[in-house]
Amino acid sequence: MQHVSAVREPLVTGGKTLHDVTQDICYQVEAKPNIRWMAALSVALFFLGVFFYSVYRTVWYGIGEWGLNKTVNWAWDITNFVWWVGIGHAGTLISAVLLLFRQKWRSSINRAAEAMTIFAVICAAMFPVLHMGRPWLAFYVFPLQNTLGSLWVNFNSPLLWDVFAISTYFTVSLVFWYIGLIPDFASIRDRAKGTIAKFSYSMLSFGWKGSAKAWSRYETVSLILAGVSTPLVLSVHTIVSMDFATSVVPGWHTTIFPPYFVAGAIFSGFAMVLTLMLITRVVFRLEDYITLEHIALMNKIMMVTGSIVGVAYITEFFIAWYSQVEFEQYAFINRATGPYWWAYASMMTCNVITPQLVWFRRVRYSIPLTFILSIIVNIGMWFERFVIIVTSLHRDYLPSSWAMFSPSIIDIGLYVGTLGLFFTLFLLFAKFFPVINMAEVKTILKYTVDNGPTYNPQKAAHAHAPQPAIGAPASAPITYNKHD
Amino acid sequence: MKYWKGIEELESAPEFMQSAFAEFMPVKESHASSDATSAPRRDFLKLMGFGVAAATLASCETPVRKAIPYLNKPEEIDPSISNFYASTYFTGADYNAVLVKTREGRPIKLEGNPESPINRGGLSARAQAAVLSLYDGGRLQHFAIKSGNEHQKAEVAAVDQAIRTKLAATTGRIAIVSPTIISPTTKKAIAEFATRYPNTTHVMYDAQSVTGLLQANNGIVPGYNFSRANIIVSLGADFLGTWISPVEYSRAYAMTRKINRDKRSMSRHYQFETAMTLSGSNADIRVAVKPSEMGAVALALYNAVTGAGGASSYKNDKLAQAAADLKANRGASLVVSGSNDPAVQSLVTAINQALGNLGTTVDLTAPSYVRQGDDARMAALVNDMNNGSVGAVIFYNANPVYNHPLAAKVKSGIAKVPLTISLNDRLDETGILCQYAAPDNHWLESWNDFEPKRGFLSLAQPTITPLFETRQAQESLLRWAGNNTTYYKYLRSNWRALTPTDAAWDKVVHDGVATGSALPPAPAMLHAALAPDAAAAQLQRPASSTGIELALYEKVGIGAAGCEANNPFLQELPDPVSKATWGNYVAVPRKMAVENKWKQNDVIKVSANGYSIELPVLIQPGQANGTVSIALGYGRTLAGKAGDKVGANAAPLAMINANGTMYNNVVTLTKTDATSPIAQTQTHHTIMDRKPVVQENTLAQYIKNPKEVTEYEKIATPDGLEKPNKVSLWQDYSYNNHHWGMAVDLNSCIGCGSCVIGCQTENNTAVVGKQEVINRREMHWMRIDRYYSSDHHKDEFETVGKVGTYAAMEDPSDNPQVIFQPMMCQQCNHAPCETVCPVLATTHSTEGLNQMTYNRCIGTRYCANNCPYKVRRFNWFSYYSNEKFETVNGHMFTDLGRMVLNPDVTVRARGVMEKCSFCIQRIQLGKLEAKKQKRRPVDGEIVSACAQSCPTEAIVFGDMRDPNSRLSQLLRREDGERAFHALDAINVQPNVTYLTKIRNAESEFFAKENA
Repeated sequence: MQHVSAVREPLVTGGKTLHDVTQDICYQVEAKPNIRWMAALSVALFFLGVFFYSVYRTVWYGIGEWGLNKTVNWAWDITNFVWWVGIGHAGTLISAVLLLFRQKWRSSINRAAEAMTIFAVICAAMFPVLHMGRPWLAFYVFPLQNTLGSLWVNFNSPLLWDVFAISTYFTVSLVFWYIGLIPDFASIRDRAKGTIAKFSYSMLSFGWKGSAKAWSRYETVSLILAGVSTPLVLSVHTIVSMDFATSVVPGWHTTIFPPYFVAGAIFSGFAMVLTLMLITRVVFRLEDYITLEHIALMNKIMMVTGSIVGVAYITEFFIAWYSQVEFEQYAFINRATGPYWWAYASMMTCNVITPQLVWFRRVRYSIPLTFILSIIVNIGMWFERFVIIVTSLHRDYLPSSWAMFSPSIIDIGLYVGTLGLFFTLFLLFAKFFPVINMAEVKTILKYTVDNGPTYNPQKAAHAHAPQPAIGAPASAPITYNKHD
Repeated sequence: MKYWKGIEELESAPEFMQSAFAEFMPVKESHASSDATSAPRRDFLKLMGFGVAAATLASCETPVRKAIPYLNKPEEIDPSISNFYASTYFTGADYNAVLVKTREGRPIKLEGNPESPINRGGLSARAQAAVLSLYDGGRLQHFAIKSGNEHQKAEVAAVDQAIRTKLAATTGRIAIVSPTIISPTTKKAIAEFATRYPNTTHVMYDAQSVTGLLQANNGIVPGYNFSRANIIVSLGADFLGTWISPVEYSRAYAMTRKINRDKRSMSRHYQFETAMTLSGSNADIRVAVKPSEMGAVALALYNAVTGAGGASSYKNDKLAQAAADLKANRGASLVVSGSNDPAVQSLVTAINQALGNLGTTVDLTAPSYVRQGDDARMAALVNDMNNGSVGAVIFYNANPVYNHPLAAKVKSGIAKVPLTISLNDRLDETGILCQYAAPDNHWLESWNDFEPKRGFLSLAQPTITPLFETRQAQESLLRWAGNNTTYYKYLRSNWRALTPTDAAWDKVVHDGVATGSALPPAPAMLHAALAPDAAAAQLQRPASSTGIELALYEKVGIGAAGCEANNPFLQELPDPVSKATWGNYVAVPRKMAVENKWKQNDVIKVSANGYSIELPVLIQPGQANGTVSIALGYGRTLAGKAGDKVGANAAPLAMINANGTMYNNVVTLTKTDATSPIAQTQTHHTIMDRKPVVQENTLAQYIKNPKEVTEYEKIATPDGLEKPNKVSLWQDYSYNNHHWGMAVDLNSCIGCGSCVIGCQTENNTAVVGKQEVINRREMHWMRIDRYYSSDHHKDEFETVGKVGTYAAMEDPSDNPQVIFQPMMCQQCNHAPCETVCPVLATTHSTEGLNQMTYNRCIGTRYCANNCPYKVRRFNWFSYYSNEKFETVNGHMFTDLGRMVLNPDVTVRARGVMEKCSFCIQRIQLGKLEAKKQKRRPVDGEIVSACAQSCPTEAIVFGDMRDPNSRLSQLLRREDGERAFHALDAINVQPNVTYLTKIRNAESEFFAKENA
């Protein structure tokens, strides 16, 4: 039985022992795939097929397969890109920032959130490549040495900054996530029975032995990577926002964009984490690890960032009025009352009004309401990017060029296609990788002598007596409640 | 010294010595032998087999390149060097003297002939596009004889023989039907034909005829000199767009509109018209009238000008003002009318006479010959054909089955004529019904002469050998008449009197134009055929005051005859006013649309004369109440791939009366359930009071102080208000050699669209077709933005509120003022597109140009988003290989069509951004020419295609570093007066400068100052 604090709610409920943790989490990996997972994967694979078809049409025939025109040269492509990148942010925030702030509750969700980050960035990265007229020349954006002498990339261009920001972000996130996985892979390896599984997981675990030195390095690397990732939480979406902020398009040319975009990214990211966690905890029966407390905490972050975003929306209007710039004023009047008013209204409702419901404790702790709310926020944040991109472009300076945008079937196919890609990756991850960081969750269990990594009195006299592997002091409170 | 081939030779090993001096390895005798020095026979065979196979495979891979060198290089053709030949474009309506640019012996572009006193280097859009028609695969490529329902290819001799035999046996009338012919030598050839077959008559008819004008003026179309008119009143004549000689008139008109601080006067232009035409949109004062009121307007104007007391039912303040202005400018005013009613035209002549304009603005000594069609004779011929008195009919570039209002009767008539011959260039609606097809050469393959106005001659010379097995029509007629000379010899001998020596002839061929006349002098003095009173009595009365009146008009691009319908450049040229492409539509006034609950694109059925067509509705500001307008020239069925089934044929809706064809009628309109989207390149029509985009002011203000007509935006800085370019993040470029720039005078620009097509032919811009225009993806590098004025302005912000006012400002006025703004890449010095391209595909040149490097472009389209002028065009598809574009952009798909492409300009790949380059290839050519001669380029030597084609010289291109260039002088003079940059305050510092439009009337465009 687990030690239960009288004053503090436990982070993991259900009286889990260390063995229970291993058992619960490895079970999903070791067991035969269940029918719900199979069904979900088939749906995801169908949409992945849609994605491949849409990519084929785009690459074979050209960007003309989309609904873009001479006035609106970006629409769903960049909307989806920003949306996916934003979603990724919550993972990094949870794994890096919360680690630095020693928020122990992050342990149960950081693995899945980081995986979400990586898959979201993969989905996001599809669009900058696919939206190119000639994606086969995408390597031109890298500052590669070439035989043409001074031919180089344009360091003035925010799109180039994006290349660096996204590739750095992806690399660091991947490394951070993978290093966290290594001890857990080792656990699975040690339990694996099949030869393929044994081989695969021993390859994946890089020969992890769980020695004290290894753990110490693991901790150090985690901290260093957390330190590296933290600025990335801010920088990536700042740079993405500069795609717009450095332009001359009214409605884009706004200095408020970097903080506004970062807040929006965390907002949407937490919404997506919630969506995924609420599904995962039910599908894989992880209710004890992802508790109502987690949900409530994430709801609070969502509400705060949602409010920041709301303030940003209002500030834009204020600045448009205050600047007295005709084009800027019209851009915002048109945004709210023009032909795309419904997109603006959707954005305001979903992003500013609905998250305020979290003030009610009942909403905060309600799983169905939170789920609905998280979906609404995801929709709202998609519309935010659509509103910024399309309503600014479709009526800019010269009224002669004003035009409307409507998506083609391929636009829609690509978007739902990346959802298919994302969920395919996520489902494969959830099946074959440990969805919860066992090693770290074990550290937040208050454990007993019975089931903890034990202190061996016989070896106590040894000159290099090992410290308890999982950092529990020898003087940890001992209770004599028996296991089971 | 001795070199060894190897260690074996040095050591003289016996194995080596054995074969050292043998040429071939000894062939091994038996398979079993293991002797290494002899190559086995089987290996030899294997090697040979491999060798043959490898050689075959390698040769399969080698692409076949059809580059055939000249065996004997023509003296004047050097690869990559352009040659220019003078020629003339005239297809029955629009006359332009041209220079044909040829590369490697193929015509690729037409430019205005600056030597021509008529079009003076300007060129209409239609003429610009004509070079594409040469390579039209829809042309009939050989002579043909109809057997059954099919035309079978036939030998020229066989066709000649059959026609000669049949003509000789013909007992009835022989009719040659053609549009207006202004070629003296062609007329001579026809006369010779008529001598051989004495019962021949030559009937000319025009798809948009001016029979009424001819009747009212003793059979001539007077020469109009708009340049001497201070007051211009047009009663429905679209003289800037389509009426008689639009390029000539535009040029003269623009001379009266160009102003500067030393010449603060300009003409005032009144336009009374039904449809909103190009002329109407340029008018200072425009009044919308019904077609049936036009007679009353003419009468009222006559009465007001002469003081005669006749009764007219028409009263209007603007008319009184026009009359007063006319009376104040006797001898320096001009009244023209587009009506085909001789009574109206008689009144107009009487007005001009009363104002003393005959001899000043109405030139009787140099009448125009470009319209000679006689509606009554044509109508009589159609009747004769039907009653069987016509024995043979020859259609010479005439397509009455399509474009004559009596098309159905023409069709039935052709069936009753024993011998029918088509000289048309394709098996069109008429040609398909004829027994013999003897297709004419394209004019770029032909010799010919022209007399567009009395005393002005020009020549056409072939610039390429005939592409197909065709023969020039004149030569066909001469052959059939028994004259076997070539048409060139015939022409040359006809010119013997004018050019007795070969040198004189060569000069005319070189210049393309000459003075002198082959025709008898025109009547020296002329008066209206009808006395004013008689004319007033004869005026066409409104048929019914309640019916909806239809006005048929001609489009600037396609023309009324439909002969250019298969030219995709013209199909995609936006109508200057409605900005619609690819098809015609029913232009309705907003009031009518609201009353009937019609929305744009709703299809309605238009019926008259027992004929009906279905077309979508376009709400056209300025359309007279109670009227609708439909363009002629659409709805071809046998024009070719691009031109078939585009719009509907409105010609049979015209009214035929005793005087001829009236291009108006009373129609019934019924709504259908269908909708059909109209492909417009501009769908928002008002300027939204955005003065930073385009500026205009009144003449009164300009006379008062030229420095106050343009509003300059200033930026607040700590040191006070500054010009926007004084506050910058960026370092300025320094231009040490050239700094190319452009000025566009909005006062001279009439919006005709000639530059748009000039740019398209010069720069190989793709045609994208109707659906892609609907998708807002047309590729034109240059466009003409057209803005209507609105009834609502920013001064209502306080009372109505911003949201409501902005919404109201989106609606144009019912009879709006119009402003045209040519828009192309502004070649910004601080270009927003350049900073955002991640791969430096768009960069700044040392001569101030914003350059696109197509090779480097990966197509992120960020540049296009960040372009405030939205002039960048993206290649959404492979327009040269995607089958979706084969019908509309066919010339990029075939070897024949590709001959028209400018070899100096890349055809852009899919996924690449493109835009106006200021015709960098022309700049480069000019610079190289100058360099070869060790001098600086001379001003005017380097001209962009748009500036070259502009009939009104509204576009001035030049080097801003050259202080003496026309451009520099203009910019210095206009600085602080009319010169402004579009969107100056965002500090992108364009190299294109606009000159504020000055309106000789009250301006309704922007909110009044201090209102």
